[in-house]
Amino acid sequence: MSQPALWRVLEPKWRTALQRVREERSRGGSGKLLLLGVVGVLFWTAVYVLLYFILRYFRSVEELGPLLAGKLLGLVLLSFIAILVLSNVITALSSFFLAKDLDLLVSAPVDWLRIYLAKLGETLLHSSWMVALMAVPILTAYGVIYRGGLLFLPYAVLTLLPMLVLPAVVGSALTLVLVNIFPARRTRDLLSIVALGAAGLLILILRVIRPERLASPEGFRNLLDFIAVLRTPTSPFLPSEWATRAVMTYLTGNFDPQPLALLWTTAAAFVTLGAMLHRALFATGFTKAQEGAERFVRGEWWRWTVGTVLRFLPVAKREFVLKDVKLFFRDTTQWSQLILLAVLVVVYLFNIKALPLHRGEPVGFFYVTLVSFLNLGLAGFVLASIAARFIFPAVSLEGRHMWLLRSSPLDLRTLLWSKYWVGTVPLLVLALLLTGLTNVLLEVRPFMMIVGIVTICGVTFAIGALALGFGALYPQFETENAAQIPTSFGGLVFMMATIALLGAVIFVMWQAVYTYVRAVYEGQPVVVSAEMIGWFAVAAALCAAGTAVPLWVGLRRMERFEF
Amino acid sequence: MIRLENLTKHYGSFVAVDDISLEVPRGALYGFLGPNGAGKTTTLRIIAGILRPTNGRVLLGGDDVHQNPIAAKLRLGFIPDRPFVYDKLTGAEFLRFVAALYGQEGDAIERRVTELLEVFELASWKNELVEAYSHGMRQKLIISSALIHRPEYIVVDEPMVGLDPKAARLLKDIFRQFVGRGGTVLMSTHTLEVAEAMCDRIAIMQHGKIVAEGTVDDLRRQHRAGDASLEELFLKLTGGAQVRELAEVLGYGDPTT
Repeated sequence: MSQPALWRVLEPKWRTALQRVREERSRGGSGKLLLLGVVGVLFWTAVYVLLYFILRYFRSVEELGPLLAGKLLGLVLLSFIAILVLSNVITALSSFFLAKDLDLLVSAPVDWLRIYLAKLGETLLHSSWMVALMAVPILTAYGVIYRGGLLFLPYAVLTLLPMLVLPAVVGSALTLVLVNIFPARRTRDLLSIVALGAAGLLILILRVIRPERLASPEGFRNLLDFIAVLRTPTSPFLPSEWATRAVMTYLTGNFDPQPLALLWTTAAAFVTLGAMLHRALFATGFTKAQEGAERFVRGEWWRWTVGTVLRFLPVAKREFVLKDVKLFFRDTTQWSQLILLAVLVVVYLFNIKALPLHRGEPVGFFYVTLVSFLNLGLAGFVLASIAARFIFPAVSLEGRHMWLLRSSPLDLRTLLWSKYWVGTVPLLVLALLLTGLTNVLLEVRPFMMIVGIVTICGVTFAIGALALGFGALYPQFETENAAQIPTSFGGLVFMMATIALLGAVIFVMWQAVYTYVRAVYEGQPVVVSAEMIGWFAVAAALCAAGTAVPLWVGLRRMERFEF
Repeated sequence: MIRLENLTKHYGSFVAVDDISLEVPRGALYGFLGPNGAGKTTTLRIIAGILRPTNGRVLLGGDDVHQNPIAAKLRLGFIPDRPFVYDKLTGAEFLRFVAALYGQEGDAIERRVTELLEVFELASWKNELVEAYSHGMRQKLIISSALIHRPEYIVVDEPMVGLDPKAARLLKDIFRQFVGRGGTVLMSTHTLEVAEAMCDRIAIMQHGKIVAEGTVDDLRRQHRAGDASLEELFLKLTGGAQVRELAEVLGYGDPTT
């Protein structure tokens, strides 16, 4: 029997993707695409411009310039490889072992090699598209600064492609081995913790070693030491280093085909080895993947703790909150993200602590107040990102269970109420932690402490409501993976709306804070004037509207949901 | 009594339910039959308050499901065709949660949970996560959840799918006893033997319309079908003549030769 072509094996996937685009278009989604395009281009431009100036500066440095540029590219590609391996391991678990089309593929007379290549391609595409897109402005900046010419374009693609294939093969192989040791669902749990733990550790280490010091050669004993460090390959056995050499030798006019050959031959060898491993282990791994995860759980603990605390609530609200808390903490892929969150808080506070504000001499009151004030915007942005991940998907995740909620006498207000508080209370704790501790570290005056705390509370209530409201406006009922929901169009719109609200609140609050700063600067007593109260009232009104309107709109939208 | 008045549902230009009116009397077990895509599930989901009708209304014991949803839904137990349950809750937790949605809790509900899980032979799985349940076990759990608040009306879509023969028999007995005590069941099914054996009245739906309604004997009389079985009646009413061509499609030649 002749085997189906690879494109035929992948047909359901690409046809589904095409159909989605068609449906989007017929729903008048060109506006969405345009908005996505504009945001994408803006992001690309920002990355390009930043890198362009850095590389232009490097280029102006005699001798050291290309070394610095190469080192930077090496570091960027190395972090890409690290991200890609982690992301491939997790994606491979879904595409090779948990995807819905596997029963059909495995039961069909399709040979193992086609299944392997099709699934490898799927894994590669799903886990690498973001990195590939991110590489575009980076490599363009290199090409422009070093005048790589038009030919650099296909050359860059030729270099990047095997660099993406290698982590996909390694990630898939790692998953294959792990699934043969643990059941797939258990492996997914383990991987979530290991991957996020590793990512968190990496971020922590990268931050704590303070890489910004590398930018100041004064720290080295002499120039030769510095050059020696720059010349040493970051990792001679890693494809990121080969890709860096391939790009830099091309751009600096000393073209060397060896790194490129090394990339392609290694990629080919790895695909072959990966296929052999797949042939040997896939069948047993796939069988193990059908086994369930953990079975018995302790439900009483939640009833005694959270249930008792919420005793004052009506039974439907209490049980709804309890249900959401249980679902969150029993899903490893959800709670494990708290590891990253904890790391984020530590890095955030570390950054504030590392600010060159407290170096012995008295710090300018103006700067401390300014940093404390701008910190509100930054903290707001961090809270918005967290809300996008945890609160925005809340309505979407109920999609498959809406039959129960809508056929029961549960008032949708109760549902929205529970979702809002389950998401907003932890967000509020985090907000207070970020703002309060930062202000303590900055040693701000009581006025700014109060302004900061009250503002962040107001903003957090609005962020929670916006996340829930936009989550209801742009639901993703078909997506099973909660982590994919925030990256949808609705997630983007939510982030843009939140940033707009943050900008407006900060602008309004600055008018009040400026009056305070001016009074202190001029040595006058700080008086809470009518003008100040007016600005505070406008900020409060903005936060209140940002809370009430999205919740109201979300509720109206939910009432019209059809399943 | 479940009453549908001029119920219509459009999906864009597609008419899924086309101006149907129906009355299911109290204490009746009512069968809702029809080929795939006839509009049965849409109708049942409208009755359960999950979908809003384009036109018409649904009354459950006098309460309009869409005008007075809380009162209407308090009386209803809905069993969907696809058993989507929260995977990370245990069976007992799921039942407690459903009871809470109906405002019920306490010792009586704890006893009811135990009782229902025992009846459906899920007692030993009580504290296991639903993700470990088989399709049939999930179906049993959903049936239990529809009974937990002691509803007056049960609306059920394809109840026998995924159930083992013992559970299917149990469900039939439960429905019989339920209607015997004055409850009302509206059941959509493709298992015509079940419908014929259990249902007091039957409606056959096709292309969004009700094409026949009454007892099995009524239907035989209306369509001059002699003592034809419900299966033959169903095929006659829904254009099942194509079945004869199946043998050819399957490549076995003409079965009459």
